[in-house]
Amino acid sequence: MSQVPGPSLAEQKLQMHKKSALELRNVNIFYADNKAVNDVSFNIRRNKITAIIGPSGCGKSTLLRSLNRMNDFVEGARVEGELIFGEENLYSNDVDAVEVRRRIGMVFQKPNPFPKSIYNNIAWGPLINGYKESTDELVERSLKQAALWEEVKDRLHESALNLSGGQQQRLCIARALAMEPEVLLMDEPCSALDPISTSYIEDLLFELKSRYTIVIVTHNMQQAARVSDYTAFMEMGDLIEFNVTKKIFTRPAMKRTEEYVTGRFG
Amino acid sequence: MSFSSEQESRHLARRHRKAKIFALICAAITWSCVLLLGVLLYQVSVDGFKWLDWQFISSFPSRFPERAGIKSALVGTIWLISLVAVFSIPVGVSTALYLEEFAGKGKLAKIIEVNIANLAGVPSIVYGILGLAIFVRYFALERSLISGALTMSLLILPVIIIASREAIKTVPLSIRNAAYSLGATKWQTTWSHVLPASFPGIMTGVILALSRAIGETAPLIMIGALTFVAFLPEGPMDSFTAMPIQIYNWVSRPQQDFHELAAAGIIVLLAVLLIMNATAIYIRNKTERRLK
Repeated sequence: MSQVPGPSLAEQKLQMHKKSALELRNVNIFYADNKAVNDVSFNIRRNKITAIIGPSGCGKSTLLRSLNRMNDFVEGARVEGELIFGEENLYSNDVDAVEVRRRIGMVFQKPNPFPKSIYNNIAWGPLINGYKESTDELVERSLKQAALWEEVKDRLHESALNLSGGQQQRLCIARALAMEPEVLLMDEPCSALDPISTSYIEDLLFELKSRYTIVIVTHNMQQAARVSDYTAFMEMGDLIEFNVTKKIFTRPAMKRTEEYVTGRFG
Repeated sequence: MSFSSEQESRHLARRHRKAKIFALICAAITWSCVLLLGVLLYQVSVDGFKWLDWQFISSFPSRFPERAGIKSALVGTIWLISLVAVFSIPVGVSTALYLEEFAGKGKLAKIIEVNIANLAGVPSIVYGILGLAIFVRYFALERSLISGALTMSLLILPVIIIASREAIKTVPLSIRNAAYSLGATKWQTTWSHVLPASFPGIMTGVILALSRAIGETAPLIMIGALTFVAFLPEGPMDSFTAMPIQIYNWVSRPQQDFHELAAAGIIVLLAVLLIMNATAIYIRNKTERRLK
């Protein structure tokens, strides 16, 4: 049979493989001698929103921070197992953590804009990473993606600290988006915000889904049910259940999951 | 019916009274210090103001009080303090940054920390002896401005380092996290965010340290600054005198007129100090506003 134009078998395999943006294989995370995450494995699908839920202290934030190696800054933190991103293990020796964080962005629990102008908050990341084109366009594009442009377009050079909490958080999202990350990690991004700002950000997540892979940690189950496609439920460092969000909230396989999502504990 | 029982209200009155007494004690201590300073300034002004004119500022020292001036000491002090700033600020701030941001938190860091804190308490004359041995003799820099400035820099470095470290510590972790999450290296994070955010605090430390340096006499005497200089230093290798030394020299003379000249010298010294601090505070407030 003659060669048909099209992807080779290996490439097809790669495409299949690439359905997952990140693969967690037997991930264990320790703080000194304490195990915070215990043997967790699941795949984070590309262009989907994956929520990680669970009671306080279950290891969900720890797990999230390990996905872009922010745990490197925590003294005594150690990650075992494999976190496959593209072809590589994020924790292999020849992977540069700075490069990991450039490609996997993060939005934190409390809005943390730089004490600089709105414009510079967004332009700084790309500039230090060697962005050569005009930042004007980039700033506008990022702010539009984060649904903040209309509110701030006339005061781009004012301090970002004058914005409201909800605006600051959207600015932080815009700042992360300006790097055009492949994955966006969000650590309880709405927990410090009022309901209106929260609904803004949830709407935003739907729109961002087409372009980005999003992993969101939340202690708000309604939020997880509303915005996510997949949900991982964790308890005491263990992954209890990982499934399509609808299943988790309607027909969970595990009793603990059911008890948690119906609000019987947590 | 009363709002609270009699016993409760008596107890509350006692607590209020205690608070008031404490506030009074604090106020009394504060104002007695201010008063003391006021008396000192008044005394100096009364003695010195009649000598304070352009002639005093623009003349070299002389055997005759009416012809004596502070020109060489004033220029010497300005040279000295500028050189001290050039040496001590970059070294002090870099050390603080290294210790806070880059060095580990191990035993060695702890030892260095304790030693720096101790150095801040070493008497200035000891630094003078060190300066004499190292800069004047060993490096053969002679009794020059540069020897004086290096010695003075050693003296104030602990203050700058400690103040800068405290300022760097107050930069919130969230700012660093934000920078790291954008793929910044440690240096990029430090340079663009940690340093600007701690700048006002660092400036406060620098102001305190330079204010101390401008008034120090002992180390300068030790390394051999001159007391009677009828020329101006033209470069960092020239010999020099400084205002505290000139004042010291005048005070130690028997004639009353020279004592009054010393008072005039003190007024000039205070004026230089105030101008220097005002400039630094202006710069600090300006950057503080920009950051907000």
